[in-house]
Amino acid sequence: MLVELRADERAVVNLGGIRKDVSIELVPEAQVGDYVIVHVGHAIGMIDPEEAERTLALFGEMAEAAAAAGAAA
Amino acid sequence: MKYIDEFRDGDVARKIGERLRTEADPARQYSFMEFCGGHTHAISRYGVRELLPPNVRMIHGPGCPVCVLPIGRVDMAIKLALERGAIVCTYGDTMRVPASDNLSLTRAKARGGDIRMVYSATDALTVARDNPGREVVFFAIGFETTTPPTALAILRAQREGLANFSVLCCHVLTPSAITHILESPEVRRYGTVPIDGFVGPAHVSIVIGSGPYEHFAEEYRKPVVIAGFEPLDVMQAILMLVRQVNEGRAHVENEFSRAVDRDGNLGAQQKVSEVFELRPTFEWRGLGEVPYSALKIRPAFAQFDAERRFGLGYTPVADNKACECGAILRGVKQPTDCKIFGTVCTPENPVGSCMVSSEGACAAHYAYGRFKDIPVKVSA
Ligand code: SF4
Repeated sequence: MLVELRADERAVVNLGGIRKDVSIELVPEAQVGDYVIVHVGHAIGMIDPEEAERTLALFGEMAEAAAAAGAAA
Repeated sequence: MKYIDEFRDGDVARKIGERLRTEADPARQYSFMEFCGGHTHAISRYGVRELLPPNVRMIHGPGCPVCVLPIGRVDMAIKLALERGAIVCTYGDTMRVPASDNLSLTRAKARGGDIRMVYSATDALTVARDNPGREVVFFAIGFETTTPPTALAILRAQREGLANFSVLCCHVLTPSAITHILESPEVRRYGTVPIDGFVGPAHVSIVIGSGPYEHFAEEYRKPVVIAGFEPLDVMQAILMLVRQVNEGRAHVENEFSRAVDRDGNLGAQQKVSEVFELRPTFEWRGLGEVPYSALKIRPAFAQFDAERRFGLGYTPVADNKACECGAILRGVKQPTDCKIFGTVCTPENPVGSCMVSSEGACAAHYAYGRFKDIPVKVSA
């Protein structure tokens, strides 16, 4: 998660408790609180929280469907 | 960590596994290639393979950047350090890639070459700023994910007028490699592994988007599902591929919609095309020459191009004869088919490049899969 914007298109991200200084030149729109994806010291993309929820919900449905299938069998 | 732990939940993984078992048609075989080394690693590390039904087989593709780096290119970097006195900066994984004369960058360093491991292309710029009297070369490797940072470094060097910085560009392109695998005569010669579909790369797709796979899915009638890095992402993508195959579809689908859209990171693409252009051909370790599969630095940035600056030529070097990386990268053989796997060739002493990085098919198999194979073989 991006925790601090710095000069020269750099920012500090917190990766599970480890703070890292990264370049955000490739995602200039990134703001504090955004989840950025970091590769070789550069943020290359951002996570869309709504889409993440949707994907997780998809796994959840599947889990239910599997449980239902199991119960029916 | 948010957006990571939820995607590693073992119970959910098992449930997706059950779902796969229900939906995969027992009467047929499914073979899917995960292109990206990150996925190879995730599949081995989290035991995804064990959760798949026996008729769904995963083939490791050539998407591990150091695995496809040919010996001749590493030789060029070593030459710069040992013969031309340059400081060579490179990503850590590249250090151990076996090169000619029993050398590697690590060993060249032991022989006095000034070779430095950097975490990012930006660090190489810092080395150049700090050593104005020395030539500093960034040995740049990788797919579409590492290319934009290299482009930024070159643009910055130009802005700052850094006269002692240059790049040995070995950046390669994902879509052309996938096409090459499908068309390669070797795949035919080895009696073709029918690849039914591809798990599309995560990070690469963040940059290039899902668009570039569309033509390819259509033309070769192979479904592509772009997947995130976590085990649940990969499981879900495999399920989506099974469904496409069952329904006779060959579309590009995106499981990693939380980070990938159709266009990708346009700003990053723009920087890349500003600095780089296509190479007519480039040698991939294991795959041979692949047309239009790599990038070189545009003439406008010639002064930052180490190949031009030092007049470096490329000399191809054959791999160790026993090494089966070529066949493994194409999915026609498995690491255990290699005679020297785990004996002569180990992660501590890699002979072939697939053993170097933890993303390589052989190293991943050595670390996580090799003991599991033994009972299978005994019972067979
Ligand atoms: S075990 Fe080593 S030599 Fe054999 S295919 Fe793998 S990398 Fe090549």
